[in-house]
Amino acid sequence: MDSAEIPDRQNLLSMRNISKAFAGIPALSASSLDVGQAEVHALIGQNGAGKSTLIKILTGYIGRDTGDIIFDGASFEARSPQDAQAKGISTIYQEINLVPYRSITENICLGRESRRFGLLDWKTMHEEARQLMARFNIDIDVRKPLLAFNTATQQMVAIARAIGFRAKLVIMDEPTSSLDEREVAVLFDVIRQLKQSGISVIFVSHKLDELYEVCDRVTIMRDGRTVKTSDMKSISKIELVASMLGRDISQVSKHATAFGGRKSQIGNVLLEANSLNAGHKVQDVSLSVRRGEIVGLAGLLGAGRTETARLIFGADRMHKGALKLDEKPFVPAEPIDAINKGIGFSSEDRKLEGIIPEMSVAENMTLALMPQLSRLGIVDEDQQRAIVEKFIARLGVKCSGPGQRIRELSGGNQQKVLLARWLAMNPALLVLDEPTRGIDVGAKAEIQTIIKELADQGLAVLMISSELEEVIEGSDRVFVLREGHNVAEFSGKQITEAAVMAAMAHGGDEAREFQP
Amino acid sequence: MSDTASSKMKLTGGFDLLGLLTRHATLVALFALIVFNVIFTNHFLSTQTLNVNLTQVATIVIVGVGMTLVIATGGIDLSVGSMMAISGAIAPLIFLGTAVKISEIHLAVAVGMVTAVLVAGAFGWFNGWLITRFRIQPIIATLVLFIAGRGIAQVSTNGNLQPFKLAQFQWIGLGRWFGIPVQVIIMVALVAIAAWVLRRSLFGRQILAIGGNERAARLSGIPVASVKRWVYCISGLCSGIAGLVVIAINSSSDANLVGLGMELDAIAAVAVGGTLLSGGRATVTGTLIGALIIQLVRYTLLANGVNDDVAKLVKAALIVLAVWLQRQGRS
Repeated sequence: MDSAEIPDRQNLLSMRNISKAFAGIPALSASSLDVGQAEVHALIGQNGAGKSTLIKILTGYIGRDTGDIIFDGASFEARSPQDAQAKGISTIYQEINLVPYRSITENICLGRESRRFGLLDWKTMHEEARQLMARFNIDIDVRKPLLAFNTATQQMVAIARAIGFRAKLVIMDEPTSSLDEREVAVLFDVIRQLKQSGISVIFVSHKLDELYEVCDRVTIMRDGRTVKTSDMKSISKIELVASMLGRDISQVSKHATAFGGRKSQIGNVLLEANSLNAGHKVQDVSLSVRRGEIVGLAGLLGAGRTETARLIFGADRMHKGALKLDEKPFVPAEPIDAINKGIGFSSEDRKLEGIIPEMSVAENMTLALMPQLSRLGIVDEDQQRAIVEKFIARLGVKCSGPGQRIRELSGGNQQKVLLARWLAMNPALLVLDEPTRGIDVGAKAEIQTIIKELADQGLAVLMISSELEEVIEGSDRVFVLREGHNVAEFSGKQITEAAVMAAMAHGGDEAREFQP
Repeated sequence: MSDTASSKMKLTGGFDLLGLLTRHATLVALFALIVFNVIFTNHFLSTQTLNVNLTQVATIVIVGVGMTLVIATGGIDLSVGSMMAISGAIAPLIFLGTAVKISEIHLAVAVGMVTAVLVAGAFGWFNGWLITRFRIQPIIATLVLFIAGRGIAQVSTNGNLQPFKLAQFQWIGLGRWFGIPVQVIIMVALVAIAAWVLRRSLFGRQILAIGGNERAARLSGIPVASVKRWVYCISGLCSGIAGLVVIAINSSSDANLVGLGMELDAIAAVAVGGTLLSGGRATVTGTLIGALIIQLVRYTLLANGVNDDVAKLVKAALIVLAVWLQRQGRS
């Protein structure tokens, strides 16, 4: 944080004029990146800007066409990610690439196990793992398998592993995307510790606020080029966004989200949930959604937001409680029951529960609509094409055509296709779990605009988002969940950052003090 | 992506030839084998050679059709050989009058064949039920019938060999329509129907969606359990038909031998044919071509005096090659 410590910092890493083309299409053109000793350096840009290509070249995942890399005072060439790790560059990916069924110790020591008399020296390794985790003030049983712990802890294990490998540079690819605010704070403490012990960090993130908290400098990428490097202190959020989008500052909206200016015509209650219960994750949740209303579901990770949404959609089994749809009892045993009643659900995990990677844009888009598109079990391809082309145009999906495989699309465009999957069946209620997670700023604004327009047209929306500003600016009403209970409800002007955060952190009673 | 591929075609012909080869590797391989045999194998271009190869490959392809659908959902069916044995045991029990007496021979044969195939289909459905009801991995669930199925076939025949000479039944393995062996016609018909179902029907789309991402499929309202049960049922039905063809050719039913090792032949044909073994992408015509390639390689080696054991090695090498080509095609 204190950049005074490093005024004439010597560069630990210097990438110069890096270019790379895939099948003749340039992915990276003459890009440069300098990272100082003990510096936290942010790398930002929209999807497709070239961030991951640059990092993959650095870590030896792919080769480069031109350019030089100097690392730690010498010319650097990694043949593989393992090689890069051995030479002091460790990467912590968005999806943590560890071994879930093995213990914390094994995950930390994998690849450099201590041996005694040709056998694994478990005692030494457990002790080392314990000490590494203790550096982050995490006291856990390192013998337990990794999957017994939450994402935040798993990430700490990945960082501990990097330190264990004596990394001089740690690359973090969207490390906070699945963490709640408390966990983010812990992670940032760890990053500051790394800095103090002389380790540099490249921090890739879509969340601009975070950059100001931990980063010293930022490099912005756009269209395969590094367009700007600046001290964090001397660049404003608006300037960051403007550089990423390649627009003038005046064109960028003052709103952090694209939800501004809702003209809500809120109708009668469509969905009512009373005392939903499903084990310890959802203990007692009641909420309602009206036609034309966007209802935000706020809460920390593990508060039961996703689990509540899944109960409403029939994806998980409800133990107790009652649902009403249009004042009639509604008992969804399977997702198909909810779909038949006009409910759509977009999962927070696009890869795991959203896209079917081998299928085309068209097939992905019409997946929920297929029964209606078929006569006597045969898919009406003409009708399908008409619908798909309509939604590609309406949502601005960037693809080479309806036949392109969805896995070739960027995250934002995949998300649009998934949104279209539900819009195509003309739903009454849309349950959106993290609709803009992990997509670039431009696509994010587009999706927010679409959601707003749909609600204006009478669609009921239940939206979960870990980005506070999205919930606050987008919602007509907000329910706050905490440890499986809903602890507060805000509407209209009551919805403020302070009130919602207080409810998330402390529950309803304290939160009331923050209400205007 | 397709744009870049076509533009490259104009620029560098040599590179794209490789791309073309990997995309249609199975067809190219089949074509190369045929050319090789036309030149080096005596009497290759004769209807007799054609019929010999097609009849030998027919049962593998018939089973392979069901196997392709199963693999398309991300599953596997190890019990196909055992279900062939069950079907092969049941049909003679009925048309030979051992189990039930039906005096009219045509009716007896018809009842025998239909019952045998339906029983195999029911066992297939049972596989699907085990897999969906108890969430057992397909390789384990179908292993149950792989082991028990042959036992069921032997118990139902008291371990006896059932020999017969019955034209009213054996047309399915020995007969010809318009000069074409009947089992070849059945094979082509099944391949055509399954290929069409996979491409154009709701059911086909559901199969591929489940294989591609089962959780996403369920959240999109696809009845995953029911689709899977049907797919395993179809695999059973196909095995049932193949079992009848085999006993018709052999003029006898031996529960010990019918369909022995068929599961591996069928899986090999599916793999060589270009179906993704992890599910989500499948080609039934590919399975037909895959089976033809394996058969033709074996024939080529035998016709040119190479030992059958060596032929097995070549078959294994082909599977490795097919999987390698799949990986090339993906990246």
